[in-house]
Amino acid sequence: MRYDECFHSTISLVVLIGMLSSFLSMESGFISRLIESLGIQPAYYMGQPKYFRHLYVWSGIWQGAGWGSIIYLAALTSINPELHEAAIIDGAGKLRRIWHIDVPGIMPTMVIMLILSSGSIMSVGFEKVYLMQNDLIMSVSEVISTYTYKMGILSQKFSYSSAIGLFNNVINFVLLALVNYVSGKLTDTSLW
Amino acid sequence: MANRRKRNRIALTRSDHIFNAINYLFLSLVFLVTIYPAYYVLVASISNSTFVNSGELLLWPKGLHFTGYQHVLSDPRIGTGYMNIVIYTIGGTALGLFPSLLAGYSLSRNDLPGRKIITAFMVFTMYFSGGLIPTYLVVKSLGLLNSRGIVVILGSVSVYNIILIRTFFASNIPPDLREAAEIDECGNTRFFFSVVLPLSKAIISVIGLCLAVGYWNSYFNALIYLTDRSKHPLQIFLREILLTQTQNDIADGKMASAYKKMVAVIKYAVIVISTLPIMCLYPFLQKYFVQGVMIGSLKG
Repeated sequence: MRYDECFHSTISLVVLIGMLSSFLSMESGFISRLIESLGIQPAYYMGQPKYFRHLYVWSGIWQGAGWGSIIYLAALTSINPELHEAAIIDGAGKLRRIWHIDVPGIMPTMVIMLILSSGSIMSVGFEKVYLMQNDLIMSVSEVISTYTYKMGILSQKFSYSSAIGLFNNVINFVLLALVNYVSGKLTDTSLW
Repeated sequence: MANRRKRNRIALTRSDHIFNAINYLFLSLVFLVTIYPAYYVLVASISNSTFVNSGELLLWPKGLHFTGYQHVLSDPRIGTGYMNIVIYTIGGTALGLFPSLLAGYSLSRNDLPGRKIITAFMVFTMYFSGGLIPTYLVVKSLGLLNSRGIVVILGSVSVYNIILIRTFFASNIPPDLREAAEIDECGNTRFFFSVVLPLSKAIISVIGLCLAVGYWNSYFNALIYLTDRSKHPLQIFLREILLTQTQNDIADGKMASAYKKMVAVIKYAVIVISTLPIMCLYPFLQKYFVQGVMIGSLKG
Protein backbone atom coordinates (compact mmCIF):
# COMPACT_ATOMS: atom_id res chain seq x y z
CA MET A 1 0.00 0.00 0.00
CA ARG A 2 2.19 2.78 -1.27
CA TYR A 3 1.13 6.27 -0.28
CA ASP A 4 0.95 7.56 -3.82
CA GLU A 5 -1.01 4.57 -5.06
CA CYS A 6 -3.34 3.84 -2.22
CA PHE A 7 -5.83 6.57 -3.01
CA HIS A 8 -6.00 5.85 -6.70
CA SER A 9 -9.32 4.40 -5.83
CA THR A 10 -11.09 5.54 -2.72
CA ILE A 11 -13.91 3.09 -3.28
CA SER A 12 -12.84 -0.46 -3.80
CA LEU A 13 -12.26 -1.63 -7.36
CA VAL A 14 -14.83 -4.37 -6.91
CA VAL A 15 -17.42 -1.74 -6.03
CA LEU A 16 -16.33 0.45 -8.92
CA ILE A 17 -16.58 -2.29 -11.54
CA GLY A 18 -19.79 -3.54 -9.95
CA MET A 19 -21.27 -0.07 -10.27
CA LEU A 20 -20.03 0.20 -13.84
CA SER A 21 -21.53 -3.11 -14.90
CA SER A 22 -24.83 -2.28 -13.19
CA PHE A 23 -25.02 1.13 -14.84
CA LEU A 24 -24.23 -0.36 -18.23
CA SER A 25 -26.67 -3.25 -17.94
CA MET A 26 -29.10 -3.18 -20.78
CA GLU A 27 -32.41 -3.13 -18.93
CA SER A 28 -31.76 -1.43 -15.63
CA GLY A 29 -28.66 0.69 -16.10
CA PHE A 30 -29.18 4.44 -16.32
CA ILE A 31 -26.39 4.86 -18.85
CA SER A 32 -28.19 2.54 -21.24
CA ARG A 33 -31.38 4.50 -20.63
CA LEU A 34 -29.54 7.72 -21.38
CA ILE A 35 -28.13 6.32 -24.62
CA GLU A 36 -31.54 5.05 -25.63
CA SER A 37 -33.06 8.46 -25.06
CA LEU A 38 -30.51 9.82 -27.53
CA GLY A 39 -31.88 7.42 -30.12
CA ILE A 40 -29.03 4.89 -30.21
CA GLN A 41 -29.70 1.26 -29.48
CA PRO A 42 -27.80 0.25 -26.33
CA ALA A 43 -25.58 -2.83 -26.49
CA TYR A 44 -23.82 -5.05 -23.98
CA TYR A 45 -20.84 -2.76 -23.62
CA MET A 46 -18.90 -4.80 -21.10
CA GLY A 47 -18.78 -7.71 -23.54
CA GLN A 48 -17.61 -5.96 -26.69
CA PRO A 49 -13.88 -5.77 -27.36
CA LYS A 50 -14.00 -2.35 -28.99
CA TYR A 51 -15.34 -0.69 -25.84
CA PHE A 52 -12.99 -2.28 -23.33
CA ARG A 53 -10.15 0.21 -23.65
CA HIS A 54 -12.51 3.16 -23.38
CA LEU A 55 -14.26 1.72 -20.37
CA TYR A 56 -10.98 0.95 -18.66
CA VAL A 57 -9.39 4.34 -19.25
CA TRP A 58 -12.37 6.60 -18.65
CA SER A 59 -13.44 4.80 -15.50
CA GLY A 60 -9.84 5.07 -14.36
CA ILE A 61 -9.97 8.82 -14.83
CA TRP A 62 -13.27 8.97 -12.96
CA GLN A 63 -11.81 7.08 -10.04
CA GLY A 64 -8.50 8.92 -9.81
CA ALA A 65 -9.42 12.51 -10.65
CA GLY A 66 -10.38 13.38 -7.10
CA TRP A 67 -7.12 12.38 -5.52
CA GLY A 68 -5.08 13.98 -8.29
CA SER A 69 -6.91 17.26 -7.92
CA ILE A 70 -6.19 17.31 -4.19
CA ILE A 71 -2.49 16.90 -4.86
CA TYR A 72 -2.49 19.77 -7.35
CA LEU A 73 -4.70 21.88 -5.09
CA ALA A 74 -2.18 21.50 -2.32
CA ALA A 75 0.62 22.38 -4.74
CA LEU A 76 -1.26 25.48 -5.90
CA THR A 77 -1.59 26.81 -2.38
CA SER A 78 2.17 27.07 -2.21
CA ILE A 79 2.28 29.58 -5.05
CA ASN A 80 2.96 33.08 -3.80
CA PRO A 81 -0.24 35.20 -4.04
CA GLU A 82 1.85 38.32 -4.55
CA LEU A 83 2.68 37.01 -8.00
CA HIS A 84 -1.00 36.97 -8.84
CA GLU A 85 -1.58 40.41 -7.44
CA ALA A 86 1.28 41.80 -9.49
CA ALA A 87 -0.11 40.12 -12.60
CA ILE A 88 -3.59 41.57 -12.00
CA ILE A 89 -2.16 45.03 -11.61
CA ASP A 90 -0.30 44.57 -14.88
CA GLY A 91 -3.60 43.69 -16.51
CA ALA A 92 -3.27 39.95 -16.98
CA GLY A 93 -6.52 38.05 -17.55
CA LYS A 94 -7.26 34.76 -15.81
CA LEU A 95 -6.01 32.54 -18.59
CA ARG A 96 -2.72 34.41 -18.78
CA ARG A 97 -2.27 34.19 -15.05
CA ILE A 98 -2.90 30.45 -15.11
CA TRP A 99 -0.48 29.88 -17.96
CA HIS A 100 2.35 32.04 -16.69
CA ILE A 101 2.10 31.70 -12.90
CA ASP A 102 0.18 28.60 -11.88
CA VAL A 103 1.41 26.12 -14.47
CA PRO A 104 5.11 26.84 -13.96
CA GLY A 105 4.45 26.84 -10.22
CA ILE A 106 3.10 23.32 -10.13
CA MET A 107 5.33 22.02 -12.92
CA PRO A 108 7.67 20.19 -10.49
CA THR A 109 4.70 18.41 -8.93
CA MET A 110 3.29 17.49 -12.32
CA VAL A 111 6.61 16.16 -13.54
CA ILE A 112 7.20 14.07 -10.42
CA MET A 113 3.71 12.59 -10.70
CA LEU A 114 4.38 11.79 -14.35
CA ILE A 115 7.70 10.12 -13.61
CA LEU A 116 6.23 8.06 -10.80
CA SER A 117 3.30 6.85 -12.87
CA SER A 118 5.47 6.11 -15.89
CA GLY A 119 7.40 3.68 -13.73
CA SER A 120 4.35 1.50 -13.51
CA ILE A 121 3.19 1.58 -17.11
CA MET A 122 4.21 -2.00 -17.74
CA SER A 123 2.44 -3.34 -14.70
CA VAL A 124 -1.02 -2.22 -15.74
CA GLY A 125 -2.99 -3.06 -12.65
CA PHE A 126 -3.98 -6.65 -12.31
CA GLU A 127 -6.96 -6.06 -10.06
CA LYS A 128 -9.02 -3.81 -12.27
CA VAL A 129 -8.37 -5.71 -15.49
CA TYR A 130 -9.11 -9.03 -13.84
CA LEU A 131 -12.43 -7.72 -12.57
CA MET A 132 -13.43 -6.40 -15.96
CA GLN A 133 -12.44 -9.51 -17.87
CA ASN A 134 -14.90 -11.98 -19.24
CA ASP A 135 -14.67 -14.62 -21.95
CA LEU A 136 -16.07 -12.33 -24.61
CA ILE A 137 -13.31 -9.72 -24.44
CA MET A 138 -10.31 -11.88 -23.62
CA SER A 139 -8.56 -10.84 -26.81
CA VAL A 140 -8.25 -7.20 -25.73
CA SER A 141 -8.27 -7.54 -21.98
CA GLU A 142 -5.42 -9.97 -21.41
CA VAL A 143 -2.47 -7.97 -20.04
CA ILE A 144 0.90 -9.07 -18.74
CA SER A 145 -0.15 -9.15 -15.11
CA THR A 146 -3.26 -11.29 -15.66
CA TYR A 147 -1.30 -13.58 -17.98
CA THR A 148 1.39 -13.99 -15.33
CA TYR A 149 -1.30 -14.83 -12.80
CA LYS A 150 -2.92 -17.43 -15.04
CA MET A 151 0.35 -19.04 -16.08
CA GLY A 152 1.89 -18.94 -12.65
CA ILE A 153 -0.78 -19.54 -10.05
CA LEU A 154 -3.46 -21.32 -12.03
CA SER A 155 -1.32 -23.39 -14.40
CA GLN A 156 1.63 -23.63 -11.97
CA LYS A 157 4.23 -22.80 -14.65
CA PHE A 158 6.50 -21.12 -12.13
CA SER A 159 9.68 -20.60 -14.12
CA TYR A 160 7.94 -19.17 -17.17
CA SER A 161 5.93 -16.81 -15.03
CA SER A 162 8.93 -15.67 -13.00
CA ALA A 163 10.80 -14.90 -16.20
CA ILE A 164 7.90 -12.75 -17.39
CA GLY A 165 7.94 -10.94 -14.06
CA LEU A 166 11.66 -10.26 -14.26
CA PHE A 167 11.44 -8.85 -17.78
CA ASN A 168 8.56 -6.71 -16.69
CA ASN A 169 10.56 -5.27 -13.83
CA VAL A 170 13.54 -4.48 -16.02
CA ILE A 171 11.46 -2.75 -18.66
CA ASN A 172 9.66 -0.78 -15.95
CA PHE A 173 12.94 0.40 -14.54
CA VAL A 174 14.34 1.36 -17.93
CA LEU A 175 11.19 3.36 -18.68
CA LEU A 176 11.41 5.09 -15.33
CA ALA A 177 15.06 5.98 -15.85
CA LEU A 178 14.32 7.24 -19.37
CA VAL A 179 11.43 9.48 -18.34
CA ASN A 180 13.47 10.72 -15.41
CA TYR A 181 16.37 11.63 -17.68
CA VAL A 182 14.21 13.36 -20.28
CA SER A 183 12.31 15.36 -17.70
CA GLY A 184 15.56 16.29 -16.00
CA LYS A 185 16.83 17.76 -19.25
CA LEU A 186 13.59 19.52 -20.10
CA THR A 187 12.41 20.95 -16.81
CA ASP A 188 15.20 20.60 -14.29
CA THR A 189 13.03 18.33 -12.16
CA SER A 190 13.93 14.71 -11.69
CA LEU A 191 13.80 11.97 -9.10
CA TRP A 192 17.52 11.49 -8.94
CA MET B 1 -20.67 56.13 -3.43
CA ALA B 2 -20.43 54.24 -6.69
CA ASN B 3 -17.11 55.94 -7.43
CA ARG B 4 -15.56 54.84 -4.19
CA ARG B 5 -16.53 51.23 -4.79
CA LYS B 6 -15.18 51.33 -8.33
CA ARG B 7 -11.85 52.74 -7.28
CA ASN B 8 -11.06 49.73 -5.07
CA ARG B 9 -11.98 47.00 -7.53
CA ILE B 10 -10.20 46.19 -10.76
CA ALA B 11 -12.83 45.40 -13.37
CA LEU B 12 -12.89 41.97 -14.95
CA THR B 13 -12.23 42.03 -18.66
CA ARG B 14 -14.65 40.39 -21.04
CA SER B 15 -12.39 37.39 -21.58
CA ASP B 16 -12.42 36.91 -17.83
CA HIS B 17 -16.21 36.73 -17.83
CA ILE B 18 -16.19 34.16 -20.62
CA PHE B 19 -13.54 32.18 -18.82
CA ASN B 20 -15.57 32.23 -15.62
CA ALA B 21 -18.69 31.06 -17.42
CA ILE B 22 -16.95 28.18 -19.17
CA ASN B 23 -15.13 27.30 -16.00
CA TYR B 24 -18.28 27.09 -13.92
CA LEU B 25 -20.00 25.06 -16.62
CA PHE B 26 -17.12 22.61 -16.78
CA LEU B 27 -16.91 22.29 -13.01
CA SER B 28 -20.66 21.67 -12.71
CA LEU B 29 -20.41 18.95 -15.34
CA VAL B 30 -17.52 17.30 -13.52
CA PHE B 31 -19.42 17.56 -10.25
CA LEU B 32 -22.50 15.89 -11.75
CA VAL B 33 -20.54 13.11 -13.38
CA THR B 34 -18.76 12.42 -10.12
CA ILE B 35 -21.69 12.65 -7.74
CA TYR B 36 -24.51 11.15 -9.75
CA PRO B 37 -23.31 7.51 -9.78
CA ALA B 38 -22.89 7.52 -6.01
CA TYR B 39 -26.24 9.23 -5.55
CA TYR B 40 -27.91 6.77 -7.92
CA VAL B 41 -26.54 3.80 -6.01
CA LEU B 42 -27.86 5.20 -2.74
CA VAL B 43 -31.27 5.98 -4.15
CA ALA B 44 -31.63 2.72 -6.05
CA SER B 45 -30.77 0.64 -3.01
CA ILE B 46 -33.86 1.83 -1.17
CA SER B 47 -36.27 1.75 -4.11
CA ASN B 48 -38.79 -0.73 -5.36
CA SER B 49 -37.13 -3.30 -7.58
CA THR B 50 -39.63 -2.94 -10.43
CA PHE B 51 -38.65 0.67 -11.00
CA VAL B 52 -34.94 -0.11 -10.79
CA ASN B 53 -35.14 -3.02 -13.23
CA SER B 54 -37.07 -1.08 -15.82
CA GLY B 55 -34.60 1.77 -15.61
CA GLU B 56 -37.24 4.36 -14.74
CA LEU B 57 -35.45 5.50 -11.64
CA LEU B 58 -33.65 8.79 -12.16
CA LEU B 59 -33.59 11.24 -9.29
CA TRP B 60 -35.81 10.30 -6.43
CA PRO B 61 -36.33 6.92 -4.74
CA LYS B 62 -39.54 5.36 -5.97
CA GLY B 63 -41.44 3.17 -3.60
CA LEU B 64 -39.35 3.02 -0.46
CA HIS B 65 -38.39 -0.58 0.02
CA PHE B 66 -35.78 -1.98 2.36
CA THR B 67 -35.97 -5.61 1.24
CA GLY B 68 -32.69 -5.20 -0.60
CA TYR B 69 -30.94 -4.51 2.68
CA GLN B 70 -32.83 -7.36 4.33
CA HIS B 71 -31.55 -9.81 1.73
CA VAL B 72 -28.01 -8.54 2.04
CA LEU B 73 -27.87 -8.51 5.82
CA SER B 74 -29.29 -12.02 6.07
CA ASP B 75 -26.66 -13.42 3.70
CA PRO B 76 -24.13 -15.34 5.85
CA ARG B 77 -21.31 -14.45 3.49
CA ILE B 78 -21.65 -10.76 4.39
CA GLY B 79 -21.19 -11.44 8.09
CA THR B 80 -18.08 -13.59 7.57
CA GLY B 81 -16.69 -11.16 5.04
CA TYR B 82 -17.19 -8.19 7.33
CA MET B 83 -15.53 -9.85 10.29
CA ASN B 84 -12.55 -10.86 8.21
CA ILE B 85 -12.10 -7.54 6.51
CA VAL B 86 -12.16 -5.69 9.82
CA ILE B 87 -9.50 -8.05 11.19
CA TYR B 88 -7.32 -7.55 8.13
CA THR B 89 -7.73 -3.78 8.09
CA ILE B 90 -7.02 -3.16 11.76
CA GLY B 91 -4.25 -5.74 11.89
CA GLY B 92 -2.64 -4.57 8.69
CA THR B 93 -2.72 -0.90 9.61
CA ALA B 94 -1.25 -1.49 13.05
CA LEU B 95 1.36 -3.89 11.68
CA GLY B 96 2.27 -1.48 8.95
CA LEU B 97 2.38 1.74 10.94
CA PHE B 98 4.60 0.72 13.80
CA PRO B 99 7.64 -0.70 11.95
CA SER B 100 7.40 2.07 9.35
CA LEU B 101 7.51 4.74 12.04
CA LEU B 102 10.46 3.09 13.74
CA ALA B 103 12.35 2.64 10.48
CA GLY B 104 11.55 6.16 9.31
CA TYR B 105 12.71 7.70 12.54
CA SER B 106 15.94 5.71 12.63
CA LEU B 107 16.75 6.64 9.07
CA SER B 108 16.10 10.30 9.79
CA ARG B 109 18.82 10.43 12.43
CA ASN B 110 22.17 11.46 11.02
CA ASP B 111 24.10 9.48 13.59
CA LEU B 112 22.81 6.10 12.45
CA PRO B 113 25.80 4.00 11.36
CA GLY B 114 25.45 2.54 7.88
CA ARG B 115 22.56 4.86 7.07
CA LYS B 116 23.47 5.23 3.41
CA ILE B 117 23.81 1.50 2.79
CA ILE B 118 20.54 0.68 4.50
CA THR B 119 18.71 3.32 2.53
CA ALA B 120 20.28 2.11 -0.71
CA PHE B 121 19.13 -1.47 -0.05
CA MET B 122 15.62 -0.31 0.72
CA VAL B 123 15.34 1.93 -2.32
CA PHE B 124 16.59 -0.90 -4.51
CA THR B 125 13.60 -3.01 -3.50
CA MET B 126 11.32 -0.20 -4.52
CA TYR B 127 12.30 -0.62 -8.14
CA PHE B 128 13.07 -4.30 -8.33
CA SER B 129 10.93 -6.93 -6.73
CA GLY B 130 10.60 -10.64 -7.30
CA GLY B 131 7.11 -10.40 -8.63
CA LEU B 132 4.11 -12.57 -8.12
CA ILE B 133 5.53 -16.07 -8.45
CA PRO B 134 8.65 -15.79 -6.26
CA THR B 135 6.54 -14.21 -3.52
CA TYR B 136 4.03 -17.03 -3.83
CA LEU B 137 6.76 -19.64 -3.61
CA VAL B 138 8.28 -18.00 -0.54
CA VAL B 139 4.91 -17.89 1.18
CA LYS B 140 4.32 -21.51 0.28
CA SER B 141 7.66 -22.63 1.63
CA LEU B 142 7.01 -20.76 4.87
CA GLY B 143 3.80 -22.72 5.22
CA LEU B 144 1.73 -19.55 5.33
CA LEU B 145 -0.59 -20.39 2.49
CA ASN B 146 -4.23 -20.11 3.45
CA SER B 147 -3.47 -18.27 6.68
CA ARG B 148 -4.97 -15.00 7.88
CA GLY B 149 -1.50 -13.74 8.78
CA ILE B 150 -0.21 -13.58 5.25
CA VAL B 151 -3.01 -11.32 4.09
CA VAL B 152 -2.21 -8.98 6.96
CA ILE B 153 1.56 -9.04 6.44
CA LEU B 154 1.80 -8.61 2.68
CA GLY B 155 1.67 -4.97 1.76
CA SER B 156 1.88 -3.62 5.28
CA VAL B 157 5.36 -2.10 5.22
CA SER B 158 6.37 -0.30 2.06
CA VAL B 159 9.68 1.43 1.48
CA TYR B 160 7.90 4.36 -0.09
CA ASN B 161 6.02 4.99 3.13
CA ILE B 162 9.21 4.67 5.14
CA ILE B 163 10.89 7.31 3.00
CA LEU B 164 7.91 9.61 3.44
CA ILE B 165 8.07 9.17 7.20
CA ARG B 166 11.80 9.77 7.16
CA THR B 167 11.31 13.03 5.26
CA PHE B 168 8.61 14.07 7.68
CA PHE B 169 10.79 13.44 10.71
CA ALA B 170 13.80 15.09 9.11
CA SER B 171 11.90 18.31 8.56
CA ASN B 172 9.66 18.35 11.64
CA ILE B 173 11.80 17.11 14.52
CA PRO B 174 14.43 19.79 15.08
CA PRO B 175 17.83 18.49 16.17
CA ASP B 176 17.76 20.91 19.11
CA LEU B 177 15.00 18.80 20.63
CA ARG B 178 17.27 15.79 20.49
CA GLU B 179 20.16 17.71 21.97
CA ALA B 180 18.00 19.00 24.80
CA ALA B 181 16.82 15.48 25.51
CA GLU B 182 20.40 14.20 25.54
CA ILE B 183 21.35 16.80 28.10
CA ASP B 184 18.54 15.53 30.27
CA GLU B 185 19.84 11.97 29.89
CA CYS B 186 16.87 10.84 27.82
CA GLY B 187 17.56 7.65 25.87
CA ASN B 188 16.57 7.06 22.27
CA THR B 189 13.59 4.84 23.09
CA ARG B 190 12.10 7.25 25.60
CA PHE B 191 12.67 10.12 23.21
CA PHE B 192 10.83 8.30 20.44
CA PHE B 193 7.80 7.37 22.48
CA SER B 194 7.45 10.52 24.57
CA VAL B 195 8.53 13.25 22.18
CA VAL B 196 8.54 12.11 18.56
CA LEU B 197 5.30 10.12 18.43
CA PRO B 198 3.05 12.83 19.86
CA LEU B 199 4.49 15.26 17.33
CA SER B 200 3.75 13.02 14.36
CA LYS B 201 -0.03 12.97 14.37
CA ALA B 202 -0.17 14.27 10.77
CA ILE B 203 1.97 11.56 9.27
CA ILE B 204 0.40 8.82 11.40
CA SER B 205 -3.08 9.74 10.23
CA VAL B 206 -2.08 10.07 6.59
CA ILE B 207 -0.16 6.80 6.37
CA GLY B 208 -2.67 5.10 8.65
CA LEU B 209 -5.62 6.16 6.53
CA CYS B 210 -3.76 5.15 3.41
CA LEU B 211 -3.06 1.68 4.82
CA ALA B 212 -6.60 1.28 6.14
CA VAL B 213 -8.18 2.19 2.82
CA GLY B 214 -5.69 -0.02 1.02
CA TYR B 215 -6.50 -3.03 3.17
CA TRP B 216 -10.23 -2.44 3.07
CA ASN B 217 -10.25 -2.32 -0.73
CA SER B 218 -7.81 -5.11 -1.49
CA TYR B 219 -8.88 -8.51 -2.78
CA PHE B 220 -5.80 -9.67 -4.68
CA ASN B 221 -3.83 -11.21 -1.83
CA ALA B 222 -6.89 -12.93 -0.43
CA LEU B 223 -7.71 -14.26 -3.88
CA ILE B 224 -4.29 -15.84 -4.33
CA TYR B 225 -3.37 -17.06 -0.87
CA LEU B 226 -6.64 -17.93 0.84
CA THR B 227 -8.54 -21.04 -0.14
CA ASP B 228 -10.73 -21.26 2.95
CA ARG B 229 -14.01 -19.47 2.32
CA SER B 230 -14.38 -18.69 5.99
CA LYS B 231 -11.29 -16.51 5.81
CA HIS B 232 -12.27 -14.51 2.77
CA PRO B 233 -12.69 -10.77 3.23
CA LEU B 234 -15.78 -8.89 2.17
CA GLN B 235 -14.34 -7.86 -1.21
CA ILE B 236 -14.19 -11.47 -2.44
CA PHE B 237 -17.86 -12.03 -1.62
CA LEU B 238 -18.65 -8.64 -3.14
CA ARG B 239 -16.99 -9.78 -6.31
CA GLU B 240 -19.18 -12.87 -6.33
CA ILE B 241 -22.37 -10.96 -5.73
CA LEU B 242 -21.64 -8.08 -8.08
CA LEU B 243 -19.74 -9.62 -10.93
CA THR B 244 -19.42 -13.34 -11.25
CA GLN B 245 -22.71 -14.78 -10.15
CA THR B 246 -24.87 -12.88 -12.56
CA GLN B 247 -25.26 -14.64 -15.86
CA ASN B 248 -24.84 -18.29 -14.93
CA ASP B 249 -26.99 -18.48 -11.85
CA ILE B 250 -29.83 -16.49 -13.30
CA ALA B 251 -29.86 -18.51 -16.50
CA ASP B 252 -29.81 -21.84 -14.67
CA GLY B 253 -32.78 -20.83 -12.61
CA LYS B 254 -30.96 -21.80 -9.44
CA MET B 255 -32.08 -18.71 -7.64
CA ALA B 256 -35.61 -18.26 -6.42
CA SER B 257 -37.66 -16.01 -8.66
CA ALA B 258 -38.18 -13.42 -5.94
CA TYR B 259 -34.42 -13.10 -5.60
CA LYS B 260 -34.05 -12.82 -9.37
CA LYS B 261 -36.23 -9.72 -9.40
CA MET B 262 -34.19 -8.15 -6.63
CA VAL B 263 -30.76 -8.75 -8.14
CA ALA B 264 -30.15 -5.14 -9.16
CA VAL B 265 -31.38 -3.66 -5.89
CA ILE B 266 -29.37 -6.19 -3.89
CA LYS B 267 -26.27 -5.17 -5.78
CA TYR B 268 -26.78 -1.53 -4.93
CA ALA B 269 -27.55 -2.32 -1.30
CA VAL B 270 -24.40 -4.39 -0.94
CA ILE B 271 -22.33 -1.58 -2.47
CA VAL B 272 -23.67 0.86 0.10
CA ILE B 273 -23.09 -1.52 2.99
CA SER B 274 -19.52 -2.24 2.02
CA THR B 275 -18.44 1.33 1.31
CA LEU B 276 -20.08 3.14 4.21
CA PRO B 277 -17.57 2.24 6.95
CA ILE B 278 -14.54 3.49 5.08
CA MET B 279 -16.37 6.65 4.05
CA CYS B 280 -17.18 7.34 7.67
CA LEU B 281 -13.50 7.12 8.56
CA TYR B 282 -12.52 10.11 6.46
CA PRO B 283 -14.16 12.94 8.47
CA PHE B 284 -12.39 11.85 11.63
CA LEU B 285 -8.98 12.14 10.03
CA GLN B 286 -9.78 15.12 7.84
CA LYS B 287 -8.05 17.56 10.15
CA TYR B 288 -4.67 15.84 10.05
CA PHE B 289 -5.09 14.79 6.50
CA VAL B 290 -5.11 18.28 5.03
CA GLN B 291 -1.88 19.11 6.82
CA GLY B 292 -0.26 15.94 5.72
CA VAL B 293 -1.21 15.52 2.09
CA MET B 294 1.71 17.53 0.76
CA ILE B 295 4.27 15.53 2.69
CA GLY B 296 5.00 13.55 -0.40
CA SER B 297 6.14 16.64 -2.24
CA LEU B 298 9.09 17.40 0.00
CA LYS B 299 12.28 16.22 -1.64
CA GLY B 300 15.46 15.14 0.11
